[in-house]
Amino acid sequence: MVIEKIAEKYSLNKINTSDEIPSFYCERGKFISLFNELKDEFEILLDITAVDFLGRRNERFDLVYLLLSLKNKTRLRIKVKIKEGEKLPSLSKLWKNANWLEREVYDMFGIEFEGHPDLRRILLYPEFEGHPLRKDYPLKKSHPRLPLLRPERE
Amino acid sequence: METMLLNIGPSHPAMHGTIQIKVELDGERVIKADVEIGYLHRGFEKTAENRSYMQVLPYTDRLNYVSPLLNNLAYAMAVEKLLGIDVPPRAKWLRMIFGEISRITDHLTCIAPIGMELGAFTVFLYMIKAREFLWDVLDATTGARLTTSYIRIGGVKADVPDNFEELLKKALVEVRKAVKDVHGLLSKNPIFLKRTRDIAVVTQAEALSYGFTGPVLRSTGYYYDVRKAFPYLYYNEVDFEVPLGERGDNYDRFMVRMQEIEQSVRIIEQAFKKIEKGPVKSEDEVVEAYEAIKASHRGKYLDKKLELNPNLEGMEKEIYDQIMAKVPQYILPPKEDLYRTIEGMIRHFKLIMSGHGLRPPEGEVYVPVEGGNGELGFYIVSDGSDRPYRLHLRAPVFSIMSALGKMIEGHYVADVIPTFASINMIGGELDR
Amino acid sequence: MREGNFITTTIESLIGWARKYSIFQYPFVTACCGMEYMAAAASRFDIDRFGAGLTRFTPRQADVLFVVGTISHKLAPVLKKVYDQMTEPKWVVAFGTCTISGGLYDNYAAVQGIDAIIPVDVYIPGCPPRPETVLDGLMKLQEKIQKEKQKWSLKK
Repeated sequence: MVIEKIAEKYSLNKINTSDEIPSFYCERGKFISLFNELKDEFEILLDITAVDFLGRRNERFDLVYLLLSLKNKTRLRIKVKIKEGEKLPSLSKLWKNANWLEREVYDMFGIEFEGHPDLRRILLYPEFEGHPLRKDYPLKKSHPRLPLLRPERE
Repeated sequence: METMLLNIGPSHPAMHGTIQIKVELDGERVIKADVEIGYLHRGFEKTAENRSYMQVLPYTDRLNYVSPLLNNLAYAMAVEKLLGIDVPPRAKWLRMIFGEISRITDHLTCIAPIGMELGAFTVFLYMIKAREFLWDVLDATTGARLTTSYIRIGGVKADVPDNFEELLKKALVEVRKAVKDVHGLLSKNPIFLKRTRDIAVVTQAEALSYGFTGPVLRSTGYYYDVRKAFPYLYYNEVDFEVPLGERGDNYDRFMVRMQEIEQSVRIIEQAFKKIEKGPVKSEDEVVEAYEAIKASHRGKYLDKKLELNPNLEGMEKEIYDQIMAKVPQYILPPKEDLYRTIEGMIRHFKLIMSGHGLRPPEGEVYVPVEGGNGELGFYIVSDGSDRPYRLHLRAPVFSIMSALGKMIEGHYVADVIPTFASINMIGGELDR
Repeated sequence: MREGNFITTTIESLIGWARKYSIFQYPFVTACCGMEYMAAAASRFDIDRFGAGLTRFTPRQADVLFVVGTISHKLAPVLKKVYDQMTEPKWVVAFGTCTISGGLYDNYAAVQGIDAIIPVDVYIPGCPPRPETVLDGLMKLQEKIQKEKQKWSLKK
């Protein structure tokens, strides 16, 4: 099996999940060489997202990459643990939709990527301060762009 | 060479959604394009972290609002995988029928503006008329036309009414007639062919690199459908084909959608034969609620069928087991138990009140489903409490829209809107 | 002329009759309520029989602004600009609960009711409203247009 050989070569740790998708933890140092090798087998990059574990463990963020291979009919999930302020290399040269997916992670969480051609906000506007999906951002705090005619919530 | 900057702004006549395209023009040809999204960002993922699992379900209707039942299906299947429960067979057949009805309304709502924006207003009226008959079927079964919340965690909400067969057959006859009329109007029309053939061609290698899935990938000739590759529900027991295109231009995207409507009608007819018998109901006499309550004051328990409010039709206790899973700690009790016995009321209370509620075990899950535009899936991380810790939607339209800037380079300004229409962008799913 | 004599009130009701049966609308459509707006404009529930079927997609030629669907904070300056570009007399219809009070979305991104930005005349509730409700709201707007008083004096 291709996934087993790659997992042994880069010594990845296996995770138990509730679905049947094989999932592994990868270290930051081996990240870019692992993905260069995975590009031949897995044609489509489905998703890049992040989870915030504020206060529950040492490394704050957990980045999740989801890949799909149509030759072997499997999916693969790779996770990377990073602390606040650390950066990861960008995958926009290998898969072209990584450009917009990484911009969304930057907009919502504040994680930056090195080598990205155009890193700016995509779903929110430049006057917005803060990154909404972090756990210490309150739900109802808004930054209006116009002066309002009445108080927002009465 | 001097270029001109034109802004196709967030509020524009195309009936698709709010998006801003800034194009740089040389005469009438587009040299560079910059797409800006996010005008319908409503904060769905952050809101879902503050609601219980059952309260997130109405929010999923409003994501891809032309095919709402497919989003409910994706969410319900993800939570059921996390809890580890199984759904009864009659509920699975009902889920398949209503999922395919939603897929037909999605394709009808995509083709109608393609015709209207190229000047053919009749196509819009024919497709919307066919869609009204399908919405009548949804209205009779679920109670609402657009935002239904019909597919719930553990099964479906209610069983089909008595006049379901004639409503469904009339709707399918009208859909077939509308598709045949539009084929006659557009498919061999020389004006339509000149405006859509060889515009915005996408090759297979580019499509895979940009992460396309769904009808847009199948129009380039690549065969990938989640219903055939990773089958779920009963899709490996019905007989249907997957249409493919050749060149990947606007015309192929239109034709793939027209042929998929026909295949969905075939699936609905085959699935309807399996549930034609109807739920097994008994012919006992019916007693009103106040009589049962008065008898319980005297100490007697009347063991007869209760007459329920007409708004709760299809949820009677004897057919409840055929449409909902029988797992007491996660699923609500039937309404007769809730109104008459104290154990039913306690069970209902403990599942609805905040602080209690359904608590799945710790873990994470991702279950993919074939949506109207491609592979749709929810990624849920749970930490053992009654609210999801992190909920993320894999939106198929997001990856496809990242290629729009490249697709319109080199074409005329008049080709921007038909290209944007053939991608079927839905703002609720793109911006969440 | 003094306000309220026989000739001016007859002319006012004539102008009101002419205006209410020829409405040029500007549909500012964003989200799911747009599907019910399309259904109300199509052949089963026709709004063309009320005289309101012609959509002008430019604010300079429109009378009534239909705000359909959720407005987020990113889109609010665009809505104000479109409203400012319309010429008098103009009316605004708020369609769907997201425009009346924010609807389901009580968070950082959605405006909690568009009357914080522009003044509104008729509110149509529902999520999304059935087309019969839309026609009822349109008839209430027509009553309001009929009763509107004109200014006959020359001082501002």
